Amino acid sequence: MKSKIRIAGLFTACAFIIYGFTRGEALVVLNKAVNICLECIGLG
Amino acid sequence: MDKNMKLPFAIKRKLLQIIAFGCSNSHLLNFKGGKLYTGKWKQFCNPGLNCYSCPAAGFACPIGALQAVNGSRQFSFSFYVTGLLLAFGVLLGRAVCGWLCPFGLLQELIHKIPSPKRKLKKGFLYLKYVVLVVFVLILPVAVTDYMGMGKPAFCQYICPAGTLEGGLSLLLAHESLRKAVGGLFSLKMTILVLTLLGCVFFYRFFCRTLCPLGAIYGLFNKVSIFHLEVDSHKCVGCGNCKKTCGMEVDPVKTPDSAECIRCGACADTCPTGAIHLGFSAKCSKTLPL
Repeated sequence: MKSKIRIAGLFTACAFIIYGFTRGEALVVLNKAVNICLECIGLG
Repeated sequence: MDKNMKLPFAIKRKLLQIIAFGCSNSHLLNFKGGKLYTGKWKQFCNPGLNCYSCPAAGFACPIGALQAVNGSRQFSFSFYVTGLLLAFGVLLGRAVCGWLCPFGLLQELIHKIPSPKRKLKKGFLYLKYVVLVVFVLILPVAVTDYMGMGKPAFCQYICPAGTLEGGLSLLLAHESLRKAVGGLFSLKMTILVLTLLGCVFFYRFFCRTLCPLGAIYGLFNKVSIFHLEVDSHKCVGCGNCKKTCGMEVDPVKTPDSAECIRCGACADTCPTGAIHLGFSAKCSKTLPL
């Protein structure tokens, strides 16, 4: 049972990553991560 | 290699923690000018908690990234970050906290400061789930500005890793940022100081009480491929494993506890070698029965 859950989990993870990447979510992450996040440092 | 010559988990783990810390924060020269690394690697998430506003950070923080995408104008749910968290969770569970998280290593080092060590009341363990739901999942989506953008509430109001790694280092480097310090920074500094003080007295105080990433990975401990097994044929019930566990878990009763960070201290201390930690199943009959 556990191995089936693991396989399903990894398959879903791969599908999510590919779908999210192709629709441009990684660019949102990149844009946030390369600029100083004022909220993160307690100024925003 | 002979079984008796195997390195204990304590040494293997500390080595990997140091390597992971270095890989997560490899751009040390950026501290000098208070700049951030702006290369393409930052579109990928670090498995552990590591602020992307830290000048040395080479990857994005998964909790910050999740809030950024969920609170953006274009998207209301991040398949990308959720997929990454799901993959890390299924593969490693909370071993990410124990072996790869830079802020986890920092907490362990602080805990080495000589002081009376305390046990944490069980109720505090549930606080991190409230933080995850309210500050990471709900507020960034529900509270938006006139442009429809949400703010990363966990980073803004709580995250002590951000204050320490990003806030203090950037404030030291930029006078303009120092002039903008106000009440919010005071709140975050208070949380940071309380967290660091808590880590002196309680083992991994932040991981156990406030970390939303630990809350997520803990949910995967029951199914993660990297797991803990207790061999019922070898266990003599001495209780050494429970006594040595910093996270206050009893591996014999709950080997898949959401609090277990798979550090391997129990396996190192077991006199009969009944506890197995790894990717493969080793025991024919496991506890609890």
